[in-house]
Amino acid sequence: MKVRRALAVSGVLAAVALLAAIVVSFFGDRFAGARDLAEPELAPEVIARGAYLARLGDCAACHSVPGIPAFSGGLRMNTPIGAIYTTNITPDPEHGIGRFTLADFDRALRFGVARGHTLYPAMPYTSYYSTRPEDVAALFVYFRYGVEPSAVPNHRNDVPFPLSMRWPLTFWRWVNAPAPRPFVSPAGLSADEARGAYFVEGLGHCGECHTPRTFTMALAARTAADGAGFLSGARVDNYFAPSLRRDGPGTLEDWSVEEIARFLLTGANARGIAFASMGDVITHSTQHMTAADARAAAIYLHTLAGSDTAGRRRFVYDETEHAALKRGDASKRGAKVYLDNCAACHRPDGLGYARVFPRLAGNDVVEASDPQSVIAIILQGSRTPRTASAPAQFSMPAFAWRLSDQEIADVASFVRTSWGNRAKVTTVESVSRARKIDQ
Amino acid sequence: MAEKLKAVDAVIIGYGWTGAIMAKTLTDAGLSVVALERGPVRDTSPDFEFPRIADELKYGIRGDLWQPLARETVTIRHRIDEVAVPYRKYGSFVLGNGVGGAGVHWNGQLWRASPEDLQLRSHIEQRYGRKRIPADMTIQDYPVTYAELEPHFDHFEKVCGVSGVAGNLRGTIQSGGNPFEGPRSDGFPTPALPPIRAAELFAKAAAELGYKAFPLPAANSSVAYTNPYGVRMGPCNMCGFCERFGCFLYSKASPQTTILPVLAARPNLEVRANSYVTKILRDNTGKIATGVLYVDESGREMEQPASIVILSAFQMHNVRLLLLSGIGTPYDPISGTGLVGKNYAYQMCSVVAAYFNEEEQINPFIGAGAAGQRAIDEFNSDHFDHSDLDFIGGSVIYAGGTGGRPIDQMLLPPGTPNWGTGWKNAIRKHYRHSAPVVTQGSVMSYRDRYLSLDPTYTDAHGLPLLRMTFDWHENEYQMAAYSAARAEEIVRAMKPEAQATLLTRKGSPYDTRFYQSTHTTGGAIMGSSPANSVINRYSQSWEVSNLFIYGASAFPQNIGYNPTGLLAALAYFSAARLRDTYLRSPGPLVAV
Repeated sequence: MKVRRALAVSGVLAAVALLAAIVVSFFGDRFAGARDLAEPELAPEVIARGAYLARLGDCAACHSVPGIPAFSGGLRMNTPIGAIYTTNITPDPEHGIGRFTLADFDRALRFGVARGHTLYPAMPYTSYYSTRPEDVAALFVYFRYGVEPSAVPNHRNDVPFPLSMRWPLTFWRWVNAPAPRPFVSPAGLSADEARGAYFVEGLGHCGECHTPRTFTMALAARTAADGAGFLSGARVDNYFAPSLRRDGPGTLEDWSVEEIARFLLTGANARGIAFASMGDVITHSTQHMTAADARAAAIYLHTLAGSDTAGRRRFVYDETEHAALKRGDASKRGAKVYLDNCAACHRPDGLGYARVFPRLAGNDVVEASDPQSVIAIILQGSRTPRTASAPAQFSMPAFAWRLSDQEIADVASFVRTSWGNRAKVTTVESVSRARKIDQ
Repeated sequence: MAEKLKAVDAVIIGYGWTGAIMAKTLTDAGLSVVALERGPVRDTSPDFEFPRIADELKYGIRGDLWQPLARETVTIRHRIDEVAVPYRKYGSFVLGNGVGGAGVHWNGQLWRASPEDLQLRSHIEQRYGRKRIPADMTIQDYPVTYAELEPHFDHFEKVCGVSGVAGNLRGTIQSGGNPFEGPRSDGFPTPALPPIRAAELFAKAAAELGYKAFPLPAANSSVAYTNPYGVRMGPCNMCGFCERFGCFLYSKASPQTTILPVLAARPNLEVRANSYVTKILRDNTGKIATGVLYVDESGREMEQPASIVILSAFQMHNVRLLLLSGIGTPYDPISGTGLVGKNYAYQMCSVVAAYFNEEEQINPFIGAGAAGQRAIDEFNSDHFDHSDLDFIGGSVIYAGGTGGRPIDQMLLPPGTPNWGTGWKNAIRKHYRHSAPVVTQGSVMSYRDRYLSLDPTYTDAHGLPLLRMTFDWHENEYQMAAYSAARAEEIVRAMKPEAQATLLTRKGSPYDTRFYQSTHTTGGAIMGSSPANSVINRYSQSWEVSNLFIYGASAFPQNIGYNPTGLLAALAYFSAARLRDTYLRSPGPLVAV
């Protein structure tokens, strides 16, 4: 009897709590952000500024798909709970955001709330939260007046009930997302560094891929002030987005400001070439940065150094493997696979050719703590981004069809431990796992 | 009834080298352009990826990148009174197909013409007298000079990232380069690649004989290089898979590695692959082209109206399409009247093989179509005195060795068994220790050597095939024998254990079964007036002023060099005039 009663009471309590949570989330979403913001000025330079900021924010990466009008949405994103689709953000009044006020727009961009519910955090409002009001207004004006309306209907998400309920996202947001506030220059940063920080931490949303996440899927760090986890490298899809810090081999330790800026503008420099989704970032977003903004971003990244500058290991080229290959000695594990498959482009000395075939010696992706990108690139191949200033597009073929897991582990280990590279050996299990995800 | 498509400013027929050059020129000028290519879309990735591209059987023998002869070929006969038969199996020359055309699978030997090559008739008459040219030899001057083409030779070399050593810089002879080349305004954009072993031996022997060997100009970038269009190229590693293959290293210049990347995202350019043009259409006057008819990839007949028609297919296809379209008067070898099809010419080559002992490590698998080779130019063009010789013209002579492919490129001494233990032993003994020295010589044009429509055979669409009437003449037998004798002397000085000469000697007719050269020329030749040519100096049709024709079909006779440098320079020369003058006021660019 007691048990039944207790069950009934807890059931009612649970229902009440659930209802309360839903109500709380409803009002929480309802009252997020400012109610009314003054309609911004409609001037050509504001639209142009908005168009530029939309590129910096890489809105097109998710909201534009080839074959339909720009910003019509429809990109399928697979998540652990099912597939979600990006939405139409053209000014179409019915399918797009044509009826949004500036306050609605601001709420979506920085608070992650639109149409009365919290957005999936695939929308990087967790980074956009610090966008300055005048920039939010410029973006709003651009998406209202600078983009062609398109009546492409939004795609229903393929998330099954009850996971499709949105109210838990409100709580996720409260726990994990930062409180929106306009960017304030951190103490101690120069004007250029602050300008870079505004892009890197904010619209550029670099941390969404390059910063590791906690068990609740929140970013472990949102700004440099949050600690050494910020931009310290993270798994994304089947790749490892490398550390953007200066913290020894496997990071941007040796990249100069000029080299970082060149990478952002062209997708390549003498140290490496963009791969995987970074290629899209370069093509859609960073190649359009002004030289001053790219340089500012680079200057800011340069401030993200590990603490012990003197004690950090630095990459030093080591001739051993090159000399061995030159005299026909391929006895090191993986050397023969390397000679047969890789050396034609990356050369026996591992130095490649600048901005054509990346060097492997002293390459931060090759030396990264996590070998995942090396494995994925060997399995699937890679294609460099095509940009206006670097129109040639180079491809590395896929080797999944040609090399066994053991051979890939061997050659990945070879490149990670040769010519002065001192990363850990790659296991055959990690290759097998990557191949399964791949298929 | 053909479906009529939306009119565009220009339609390009054939999307190889000159098609790409013109697509860039016209889209730069803001014109809307459609490029029609009979073959498929091709690009370095995935079509030329390593290691799949290094497949001699698929590409080198079966010709996966070539035009499928079962659908369209040419018919060939030696003389006017014979019935021509179709060229059913690749031998003598190969035909490109697909985006990039033959520019995908060429060797990359990128020469300029010699100044006197362009004014050949006047030059020969002036130096040796009017009687020197036989009555049936129909050679003529180009209506354009080396000096006029020089900036365009230079530009194309930069587009291609050509590796080499300048021999004549603004009139000053440079050591290490070709002293016989015309003056160049600038050096090569990338340094020469190191010589292959055979080239080292060749250069040493040539020096002993008093000749000046130099790196063969190679459209293989030797370093990571960015061309004037901002397109980056990779360096050649001399893998030995140029000729007949696409380059996986982004090193050999092709439209794909040099020009097409900047055209990829142009909204005013549409490339339609697998589109087979059957006719150039004209208005009632016959003086203005109105567009083209083509069969699209699903077999439908389409009409593409356009204000400018660019005919930039391969030399033979240019001539055939003019004949199929009824543009110009077909050449008649009996009366000597008509011009379309006139002055077909070819090249005449020989090979001297050197067989060394097993101490000499030739390692022929290290090679490239052009890179790493060394050449001499003493016996080409009119670089030597022909007064006491019974021919005109000549050959470039170079240490060959484009690769060491196992089916086609294993040099064995004459008399070696074709199979079994004897063959295996010979391969073991000679493969790594033999090298070819090649002569590639000019062929003059003649009254009875020409192109016409075949009365018997048709293509897959039921249209008449092109018919080639060609055989060697006395001048060429003499030229080739003289060139081969010089090559033999050089090979002797290379001190091999044995040597053997492969030469078409007097009395042997043109044999289409063996590869000789894909440098076929003429048929829509360039000249000073509508009475002697199909196109004017700007590659514009005399008869149809909005039709421009590019490629080696323009050559009034052939040269001893590879044709790509000259045909590209002619295209850029025309492109500049088209852009600066024609687009502002369309009409004939040369008054008649």
